[in-house]
Amino acid sequence: MQTNYFILMHHELIIAITIMLLLVIKVGSDKLSNQLVANVTNGLLLASLVLGFIVQPEGNVFGDMFHTDGFALLQKNILVAGTLIISLQASTWLKDYEHTAEFYILLLSTLLGMCFMISSRHFLMFYLSLELSTIPLAALANFDLHLKRSSEAALKLIISSAFSSGLMLLGISFLYGTTGTLSFGEVASAIQLNTPLQLFAFVLIFAGFGFKISAVPFHLWTADVYEGSPVAVTSYLSVISKGAVLFVFITVLFNVFALYAHSWYYLIVIVSLFTMVIGNLFALRQTNIKRFLAFSSISQVGFILIGLSGGTHTSAASVVYFIVVYIFSNLGAFGVIALVQGLTGKENINDYKGFYLNNKMLSWMLGIALFSLAGIPPVAGFFGKFFLLLSGAEKGAYWLIAIAAINMVISLYYYLNVVKNIFIDKSDTSIEKLPIAIQPRIAMIICVIGVVGSGLCGGLYQYIFDLVK
Amino acid sequence: MKTLLAIIVLLPFLGFLLNGLFRKHGTYKSVARLACTTILSSFIASAIVFGMLSQGTTAETVKYFDFINTDSIKIPFAFQIDHLSAMFLLIITGIGFLIHLYSSAYMKDEEPQHYARYFAYLNLFIFSMLLLVLGANYIIMFIGWEGVGLCSYLLIGFWFKNDNFNYAAKKAFIMNRIGDLGFLLAIFWLIARLGNANYADVFANVHNLSQTDITAITLLLFVGAMGKSAQIPLYTWLPDAMAGPTPVSALIHAATMVTAGIYMIARSNVLYSAAEFTQHIVVIVGLTTALFSATIAIKQNDIKKVLAYSTVSQLGYMFLGLGVGAYTGAVFHVMTHAFFKALLFLGAGSVIHAMHHEQDIRKMGGLKKYLPITHITFLLGCIAISGIPPFSGFFSKDEILAAAYEKNPVYWGLGVAGAAMTAFYMFRLYATTFLGKFRGTQDQEHHLHESPAAMTIPLIVLAVLSVIGGFVGVPEVLGGKHLLGEYLSTVIIPEPHHALAHNTEYMLMGISVAVATIAILFAVSHYSKKPQLEDATGLGKVLENKWYVDELYNTFIVNPLNALGGFFKNIVEKSGIDGFVNGIGRFVNYLSRQIRLVQSGQVGGYILMMVVSVVIILFIWIHDGEIYKFLVTKLF
Repeated sequence: MQTNYFILMHHELIIAITIMLLLVIKVGSDKLSNQLVANVTNGLLLASLVLGFIVQPEGNVFGDMFHTDGFALLQKNILVAGTLIISLQASTWLKDYEHTAEFYILLLSTLLGMCFMISSRHFLMFYLSLELSTIPLAALANFDLHLKRSSEAALKLIISSAFSSGLMLLGISFLYGTTGTLSFGEVASAIQLNTPLQLFAFVLIFAGFGFKISAVPFHLWTADVYEGSPVAVTSYLSVISKGAVLFVFITVLFNVFALYAHSWYYLIVIVSLFTMVIGNLFALRQTNIKRFLAFSSISQVGFILIGLSGGTHTSAASVVYFIVVYIFSNLGAFGVIALVQGLTGKENINDYKGFYLNNKMLSWMLGIALFSLAGIPPVAGFFGKFFLLLSGAEKGAYWLIAIAAINMVISLYYYLNVVKNIFIDKSDTSIEKLPIAIQPRIAMIICVIGVVGSGLCGGLYQYIFDLVK
Repeated sequence: MKTLLAIIVLLPFLGFLLNGLFRKHGTYKSVARLACTTILSSFIASAIVFGMLSQGTTAETVKYFDFINTDSIKIPFAFQIDHLSAMFLLIITGIGFLIHLYSSAYMKDEEPQHYARYFAYLNLFIFSMLLLVLGANYIIMFIGWEGVGLCSYLLIGFWFKNDNFNYAAKKAFIMNRIGDLGFLLAIFWLIARLGNANYADVFANVHNLSQTDITAITLLLFVGAMGKSAQIPLYTWLPDAMAGPTPVSALIHAATMVTAGIYMIARSNVLYSAAEFTQHIVVIVGLTTALFSATIAIKQNDIKKVLAYSTVSQLGYMFLGLGVGAYTGAVFHVMTHAFFKALLFLGAGSVIHAMHHEQDIRKMGGLKKYLPITHITFLLGCIAISGIPPFSGFFSKDEILAAAYEKNPVYWGLGVAGAAMTAFYMFRLYATTFLGKFRGTQDQEHHLHESPAAMTIPLIVLAVLSVIGGFVGVPEVLGGKHLLGEYLSTVIIPEPHHALAHNTEYMLMGISVAVATIAILFAVSHYSKKPQLEDATGLGKVLENKWYVDELYNTFIVNPLNALGGFFKNIVEKSGIDGFVNGIGRFVNYLSRQIRLVQSGQVGGYILMMVVSVVIILFIWIHDGEIYKFLVTKLF
């Protein structure tokens, strides 16, 4: 029985142990090497990842509050892999940083929260892990300690996040009030049509999720927070954290509120439309590359919501597949940006003029990542979007697909604008050749392999699809 | 058989890949060797296949893989080897090899890189043509068909630094594309009616097609053939295609490209025999083309142009044959024509080579003594094309003319008139080039030389073939046996036995030979003595300017199209579409500017926005009826 816990929760356990270990190291030595901290963390993350692919248990613990199976394990593996990539990319930034251990402790705490969240089958558990994954993030956002805007970002994140949690809690308590239970399974069977309070609860919970994945109209916090946070945190927020919440969102929508499918379909369609359009409109005029990626990630969420609207196994699989692709492509882009920002402090799109002249490899990385984000074959982004739209089209809303296609064209404009800056434009003050340390180099190679590989390797989608079933 | 066919087709492709990809690394020797070896091997394999078929191996269809595989349409990638395709294989690879060999010497002036490029194209050309001939359905044929068009474009524009040549290449490509559209429509039509485009299935199901369908399909196929085989009104590209290197002209005119149209119709003979109306059209177009281009050829002064128009005219004869149902005769003429036209072009190439790229026959003359081998072989080619027995051209042309007479004596009369003109312009060309006195500069005369062996050997081989090639199809009346007809009888159902009396046939032959002989004598006596060709006047001027057809096309098609294009470009696109598109862009930008105002930086504002949104979402659901009912019943 006890070993059962260990096996079922091996992701969570390894992460928790890592946190403890870091705490001990931090407390135990006055002068600890950043390199050591980073290596220990990366090593353990890698171990967890490997273990996650080898040991594939299935079962429930904690009185069925915690459930794990192949699909949940896949999601956790995706998140761990993403975190590992971010950790590798951040090494340039963290090398001379005085609070590396704290950074990792907070980062891993959120990861721990996300892992629990994915496995939760009970609203209480879900809420706890959600908070565990959010509150440390606010602290992380503040990690550019000398920058005022970093503190501002943290404050904005914590305030608006608290509010959205409030909404969600209100929704959960309505749900408890009408059904008398908080377990996902029991709520799902207790829910009835035409009970307004439950509908209200659903809207509130939806708003909470909408906030986390920054769907319009709950997205407004994103711009300020993304811009103020350190690059590593921004990429974590916009990729890993969103991915985790989306994974849970799939469960909640498809399992708990399955009865409302015909209602939330319209809601999601409308929200996805707004998200795509407004995300695009914002991204169009950004001059700061970090802010630009943040807004473009909002419009990507719009596409994900289209996939979700399908409401079938296919759409769950397409969303997960897209998130995999999205993690690789977005982190690929963020990796280059983090490197450039870490070494030169430049983060405007204009600064990338003539970037290709001195930094051929970085330019290609960024270029491939942007092509993937824009959804151009043969890189994976194209297939990701293709599957999303395909599953969205299953309900027959072709006009929605048409609008999505138009939005893809708009997004093409701003992604290619960056590419143009990198490859075509000339500048007298183009960025010098940057040295690339070993860790970010590994991270980038992983990203490029991921972007190209997951596009060319047709088996991946099938693999996910089989797991969803 | 499966491997053998794959070898035949893939070897030239391999040559293309190697020469094309490593064109910067090859030497003259390695490039030429590779290109020639692949084609020679292909030829040997083709000969084996040909032999196997004549030894009684039955025709078969070999399938390699599914090319298109959907629920409703299944197109296999398959080759069909039968007597017709085997014969074309021999022509293509055989003549193709001789031209490769000849080119290896002719193109020596090029840089190594371009030399390799040239041979890569040449190999691709052969590959496409083989694909075209071997395909077991119209789709595979179309792939080869397009490949041939592409290669002709590449080779005509081989010297791409000259804009005129590029123009000629484009012209060839566009003219061909017009024809291709017809072909493509025919394929669509077939697939729509029968569900596939395999020859075997199509020909077996002809009775399931309505008469309209058959007529439409055959007409559309014929449009395709018109483009590829240069018939009125799509013939103008062929004379301009002389821009390419001379061996390419030989390849296009003899072994590949222009014969594709003939092959396609001969292959579809079952369809055509069922479409009487189309046959009339084919006869009319063929005969008109034959006469029309023959008149043009009379007044041309460029050695290659004369030959080009002569090809157009000869193709007209072949279509005449196809139209009157003499498919075997047409294919026979393709073969003999391949021999003597390749010979004539390569001979012309040899002359041009000796004259340092001078092509104007007015500046030649008396080349007989400088280029003995070229002279003799060229003369044999001229006799063959003029239809003097027992040279090859006589037999094939006679077969077509006899079949035409059977159909309608007027066809025959016009055909003989064309034959007379053919004899006349060919010997005008021969006499001005080889007889009389040299009219070029001292310098040119000094440098005149016979071409190297790599060029003369193909000439000799082709000359021999031109002389004896006709004996495979000696008509019965002359006591011979139509070997070719027998060989092809599995593919082409033999025409009903000649109803013509032997005497009539003798008479027809006699008249055509006599007319040709008179034309030859007249041409030789008239042009061999002339010191200089006078400038043409009156009708001659019209002929020299090719009936002003190019100008006609320019005025009535090209210029209006250009004007229309200009209208679309300046009015519709610039102010209409561009304005609309840019307008959208500006509008999006404007929206983007406005929407940024929401992003105020105030957290309070953000939270307010969230609350308002939740309320709005609820309101929408209220109108959905559910909460609305609740509010009405419970609260009020």
